[in-house]
Amino acid sequence: MSLLETKSLSKNFGSLNAVRDVSLQIQPGEIHAVIGPNGAGKTTFLNLLSGELPVSAGCLQFEGHDITRWSPDRRANAGIGRSFQHSAVFEDLTVHENLRLAAQTQYPKSFGMLWPAEGYTDVAARVTDVIAQLSLNAAESTRAGELSHGEQRQLEIGMLMAISPKLMMLDEPTSGMSRNETLELIGILRRLSERHTLMLVEHDMDVVFQLAHRITVLVNGSVLASGTPEAIRADASVRIAYLGQED
Amino acid sequence: MSRSVLITTGVVVCIALTIPLFGNPYLTTHATRILIYAIFAMSLDLLVGYCGLVSLGHAAFFGVAAYATALLSAKIGVSNILISLPLSTLTAALVALAIGLLTLRTGGIYFIMATLAFAQMLFFLVNDSAFFGGSDGILLLTRFSLGTPSLSASDPVVRYYLTVAAAFLTFVFLYFLVRSPFGRILQGIKSNERRMRALGYSIARYKLATFVIGGALAGLAGHLYVLLASLADPSILDWVHSAQVLMMVILGGMGTLVGPVIGAVLLIELIDQAAEFTEHWKLIVGVVVVVITLFGKGGLAGLWAAVAARLGLARSQP
Repeated sequence: MSLLETKSLSKNFGSLNAVRDVSLQIQPGEIHAVIGPNGAGKTTFLNLLSGELPVSAGCLQFEGHDITRWSPDRRANAGIGRSFQHSAVFEDLTVHENLRLAAQTQYPKSFGMLWPAEGYTDVAARVTDVIAQLSLNAAESTRAGELSHGEQRQLEIGMLMAISPKLMMLDEPTSGMSRNETLELIGILRRLSERHTLMLVEHDMDVVFQLAHRITVLVNGSVLASGTPEAIRADASVRIAYLGQED
Repeated sequence: MSRSVLITTGVVVCIALTIPLFGNPYLTTHATRILIYAIFAMSLDLLVGYCGLVSLGHAAFFGVAAYATALLSAKIGVSNILISLPLSTLTAALVALAIGLLTLRTGGIYFIMATLAFAQMLFFLVNDSAFFGGSDGILLLTRFSLGTPSLSASDPVVRYYLTVAAAFLTFVFLYFLVRSPFGRILQGIKSNERRMRALGYSIARYKLATFVIGGALAGLAGHLYVLLASLADPSILDWVHSAQVLMMVILGGMGTLVGPVIGAVLLIELIDQAAEFTEHWKLIVGVVVVVITLFGKGGLAGLWAAVAARLGLARSQP
């Protein structure tokens, strides 16, 4: 059974069909990349999956459950985690607190109203564990808003690691990163894929072809092609519609 | 609690406890009023400073509890604070629950307008109906006491110590609340609501809980206010009253707990002193408010932190 499946998913903004009739399956354990030219509807599609936007038509299933009408937080609790294209860290909170807020969701017993949040050792242990897997130079007590762009992106992925979702959806995780930061991130994502199913929306073709097991190409909101990296590379229509522009 | 907080709180509490020893009933009553507003302002700060819920209708809960207390006394003769305090606070919490359910669906400016609208509805309801005493309000005729007549709330000293206890407990409760996992969630919501939702937090529930807790504490202040003023009149439900407490929070520094207390002292003193000085006191108050908000981004608490940091910096470079 596929982990996530969309059936004829569509999203209209007025007369604009941002996503049209998209049916795709994400298998457990795979890295699935969604690529496409600007304005192809990639981020809109991701927003439909995470529940940020209501769908106009079609449905989606996660582990066999119809989640089409579920709220974003319910989907997150079911195991669908996402990052945002424009870094969405808690800028006025510290690095540690950013991760702690994420980790806290995994310990429902820790939602007390009286004892200091730092007193919950299992949450703190999880934060320490996540930090060890990242390569942040900044101290834990640094305000997240003061981190470099690349580090903010890493922190966001750290927050995803802390909630350990079955499906991690990353919206252009390498955008604005330097070459070195990108390489570092590829390493992190590869390690993550050992334990999580990943869906990437990505611009950087190097990243996509290095990582993805399957690639879906969106053009004007519709699926142009879907398959292994080799198949996509060889696909003539993809070359014309998309890859051709890069050359 | 950290040692510095513990020491500061201890010193402030000690000073507060000595005020009636001066034997000046005016001073004691005045201090009671300031402490009531300190509770009121702290309760609003939980919403504004920690959860990002800017409400312009917070006086509604203060007023509801005040009216509940007055009605309990006038209609069924309740005069025991041990009964009236929990009942009036609970009433304020329930009204906050109802208003919160209806207004929290909106955000930003719409939330401000919605809270303002509901508070004004309550104002007109009370102002225009005989049951609530109309524009005259309800005069408190019974003498409230803490169970025994010897602990009567009409004794300024007893009333003062009751208010000190309430203010102290409110501060301690909020101090722990904002540092708890629950409090951290509120700060996350204030910082980035969308991100919190994507982490799996159901924002609406936490906002509602905050709104109700804030409403209940404002109700506590309203109850103490009636004991002091012996009157519940429509002016305490007016939006000007909501604006005043919001001003205390902003002046003192939101999101700090100490800030609202400072703000309450400052605004009440400022109004009182300026009013004694000139009939154009609103001009003076206005100028001070503008200056503090312009130059002290985090209110007086923020200004103090900035000054302390600069002094510390100057000291470290001899």
